[in-house]
Amino acid sequence: MSTQESYVTEDGRTIGPTVMEMKNITLRFGGVKAITDISFDIREGEVRAIIGPNGAGKSSMLNVISGFYVPQEGEVWYKGKKRPPMKPYQVAEQGIARTFQNIALFEGMTVLDNVMTGRIRQMNSGLLSQAIWRGKAEKEEIENREAVEKIIDFLEIQAIRKTPVGRLPYGLKKRVELARALAAEPSILLLDEPMAGMNVEEKEDMSRFILDMNDEFGTTIALIEHDMGVVMDLSDRVVVMDYGKKIGDGTPDEVRSNQAVIDAYLGVAHD
Amino acid sequence: MPEQLAFAIEVFLNGLMSGVLYALVALGFVLIYKASGIFNFAQGVMALFAAMTLVGIQNGQVPFSHLINAILGTHIHHFGWHIHSVLAIAMTVLVMIALAWAVQKFVFRYLVGQEPIILFMATIGLAYFLEGFADLMWGSEIKTLDVCLTANACLPQGINLAIDETTYNWFGYGFFIDNLDITATIVAIILVIALVAFSQYTKQGRAMRAVADDHQAALSVGISLNFIWVLVWSVAGFVALVAGIMWGAKSGVQFSLSLIALKALPVLMLGGFTSIPGAIVGGLIIGVGEKLFEFWVGPLVGGATENWFAYVLALVFLVFRPQGLFGEKIIERV
Repeated sequence: MSTQESYVTEDGRTIGPTVMEMKNITLRFGGVKAITDISFDIREGEVRAIIGPNGAGKSSMLNVISGFYVPQEGEVWYKGKKRPPMKPYQVAEQGIARTFQNIALFEGMTVLDNVMTGRIRQMNSGLLSQAIWRGKAEKEEIENREAVEKIIDFLEIQAIRKTPVGRLPYGLKKRVELARALAAEPSILLLDEPMAGMNVEEKEDMSRFILDMNDEFGTTIALIEHDMGVVMDLSDRVVVMDYGKKIGDGTPDEVRSNQAVIDAYLGVAHD
Repeated sequence: MPEQLAFAIEVFLNGLMSGVLYALVALGFVLIYKASGIFNFAQGVMALFAAMTLVGIQNGQVPFSHLINAILGTHIHHFGWHIHSVLAIAMTVLVMIALAWAVQKFVFRYLVGQEPIILFMATIGLAYFLEGFADLMWGSEIKTLDVCLTANACLPQGINLAIDETTYNWFGYGFFIDNLDITATIVAIILVIALVAFSQYTKQGRAMRAVADDHQAALSVGISLNFIWVLVWSVAGFVALVAGIMWGAKSGVQFSLSLIALKALPVLMLGGFTSIPGAIVGGLIIGVGEKLFEFWVGPLVGGATENWFAYVLALVFLVFRPQGLFGEKIIERV
């Protein structure tokens, strides 16, 4: 699987070379090992899932990728270069967008403004030009507004564009957060339990958006989920974690038939 | 129009305009509180520091001259030049930006994620440090501030902005209004419109609001918290400069200027700590309220009600509407 050649999937999507590689990552909190010596890669254009029971270290892994945690050991390679330790905002500037398990939106701002903050990477006019709102700043604001409107259309949240996020129900907040991450036109989109706490209908909507995003924009997606069924339908390749260790890696079918994975999920008799 | 009513209207107008000055100080508080959750006790001292720096630069005063003279035994006080007000204001803005940078770099960068009370204590320390620093830098004597608000010399012919009160003849009654107050009102309106436009329609303004709302989310979309905090302290420094100019022109640049911060507290309790319109409306209500109260009730209780009216009003608000008029109501979900 570690070849660099592109290939075309059964449903006609092109999977490119490796865009991110985690090499022997170990993360400790004091004496507790959250992640032990994990390596895996993410390829361009694929949907990559990280699954595992509660407390397996999935969210910690995502936090390592997005720079919120700095691992004690191991290397993160991004676009063929070793990444030095970085602040989360610098990681975001490099084109890695994310959502959070417990939703981190700007509650006091409207949906539109929330999604616009996702475009910060695309806006680089100077402070002075913004202060007088002339020239580049004005043009930039209009262009980015257009891009944001497209994403709002795509995720079907036109009706709530001007609503303050704090007033929205949970399922819609999740979608707004996705819109903000997508607005950054990320090289890799990290989704932390995008379906957590949703009902069946909302889960189906979310799955459809994830597949469409991947299909239409070619967005590379790495997602965490503990609902096995959803993950198997969505993803191209799956990493399975348990107690901070990697116990499986491969296509959904390979992972499904992996004995260690079955044991981790169903439990195993100790005799 | 009956004399009594006309006089009441005049008192009302004067109240509105002193309210604008309160609002200017309160605005600086709200900006920092919204973006960083820090209640900046040093806002009043920042206004004082800004005004002193402006006067010092204008008059070509040598900074730290007392210190230099004491150590080197020299007798330097002035460079011997005068700098045009516009240029001096621009230079003072630069000094305030440098101050914002230093405050973030040497103090608040190390206090990220601390309890609000610790941040508050740090701003009290900052207030006293800055007061002493201003004293050391520019000396402690009372100075007059003159940036074209009070002198007609630097204005085109025909425009009169003298500090003297002017009598306006409306409805057959002469209203006394301080011209400086009118200028302050206009400046405050422009300032508020500019601030609101900046925070609503620009990338950095949006980033400022984003940081105020959720640090983690802000980081995840690529906003540098440090940069935004320097920006916010710079904007607050700029607002402090405007407040310092207005108050300084009105009552001279002196150390009691830093006490105007105390008058901003009731304004904030009325308007809510997180609302820019709240700071404005709160300022106006306090300004008008204390003037009218003095006018009607003052004579009955022997006067001097202006000293305590604002605080009593704030207490009443604390009891019945603790979040203020425009503040966010905190609802805890169980």
